[in-house]
Amino acid sequence: MSNVLSNKKRGMRELGAEKKVGWDEVTHGVILHSFEDDATDVAKRKAEDRNYSDFSSYTATVASWRVIKPVYNRDICIDCQNCWVWCPDSSIISRDKQILGIDYDHCKGCGVCVEVCPTNPKSLLMFGEALSSEDAIAQWPVKEKKEK
Amino acid sequence: MAITSVKNLKEFSTTNERFEGAHLLCPGCAHSMIVRELMNCTDDNLVISTNTGCLEVSTAVYPYTSWDTSWIHIGFENAATAAAGAEAMYKARKRKGTLKNPDAPVKFVAFGGDGSTYDIGFQWLSGAVERGHNFTYICLDNENYANTGGQRSSSTPIGASTTTAPAGRVSYGEKRNKKDMLAIMAANGASYVAQVAPNKWKNMAQAFQKALATDGPCYINALSACTTEWKFDPKDTINISDLATDSLVFPLYEIIDGTELNITYRPKNVLPVKDYLAAQGRFKHLFKPENAYLIEEWQKRVDAKWEYLQRREEARV
Repeated sequence: MSNVLSNKKRGMRELGAEKKVGWDEVTHGVILHSFEDDATDVAKRKAEDRNYSDFSSYTATVASWRVIKPVYNRDICIDCQNCWVWCPDSSIISRDKQILGIDYDHCKGCGVCVEVCPTNPKSLLMFGEALSSEDAIAQWPVKEKKEK
Repeated sequence: MAITSVKNLKEFSTTNERFEGAHLLCPGCAHSMIVRELMNCTDDNLVISTNTGCLEVSTAVYPYTSWDTSWIHIGFENAATAAAGAEAMYKARKRKGTLKNPDAPVKFVAFGGDGSTYDIGFQWLSGAVERGHNFTYICLDNENYANTGGQRSSSTPIGASTTTAPAGRVSYGEKRNKKDMLAIMAANGASYVAQVAPNKWKNMAQAFQKALATDGPCYINALSACTTEWKFDPKDTINISDLATDSLVFPLYEIIDGTELNITYRPKNVLPVKDYLAAQGRFKHLFKPENAYLIEEWQKRVDAKWEYLQRREEARV
């Protein structure tokens, strides 16, 4: 859905789509490895350079939770990173101090990013899930005059 | 300790994320804002324990984990115990020379909700702090047992309507005052105690970095606005946190070595407590005429607490 930087494994599966096991087949304790390979320097790598295993929730998607979605307008954005720091779902993709866009596989559509956006008009706005991003940007509001 | 620069947001945003999306926390939940920020503010290896609560059930839904670091889920009362145990073992193995990578910096962190911190895990947290383990305990304070449907905890403030202290014809909701956990932990011997809120991201990141760099037990109380149980719109999480810190209902301060108290955030315009209460469904009943005295009482207590903090800061005790 979005073309922002990602590992090709991102959002492969709907949560809950995996094979279910019965109550008597569940093990008491389990270790899940987030990565396929050695994870010692993972803090020094970006998501696209990591080798996530199928156990990492990075490979899952919660896109179906959304009824409204945020749309990002590059033309107005000042790269303040407010949306990045407050996004509860790590869904604002930022590289080299620039916002690249929204990770629609992990976004739940809470709207926090729109609330914290300081530009006028806002560079992030909520639209219906069915509307395409191009159509949303075409109907972007113009600058609001300050109320006196 | 390898820290990420938090001088400004642009620099902070170059960090590598270690908390993945597609966890099952509610949209707009402040828990993940706090956890993300903790994991983003350092490059060190983290060993994290989380006890039962919203954070645990939502980030480790089999077969998924949202953590890109060593993480363990443990019983409701034992986040502090698990972190303390891991830290003790790390020290012992380091001394014996049996660690694979002895020079890699490691930090031990425990996350608990307010139910497991203020009530259920209190004795275990107190014990771990008393033993002086080098770890940081972070309480995600959403002022109720949100995971099980919003029961009261001893962090629930007076007047809030919860499922086990509902407001109605005969009651105005929770009748007891919020426990002052920071004073308790400072008196317990914690090296660094701080109260933070996600809307003041820099203040919060600095407190996290200080705690991680401190050699000794640290306790951080983080305000985590709960959209489900506080009854506000998910998009308003940061606005509600702003109201909480600016009305001084949730003052931001730190206590170093139990004595040195510093106020870390002073709002330019102090808002009335009424504004904070009015924004949340759980305090709706306080605006009935027969409950008006409660709001006045709230304001008085908040003012008195702020006065007390300022006097303590000035007196350096």
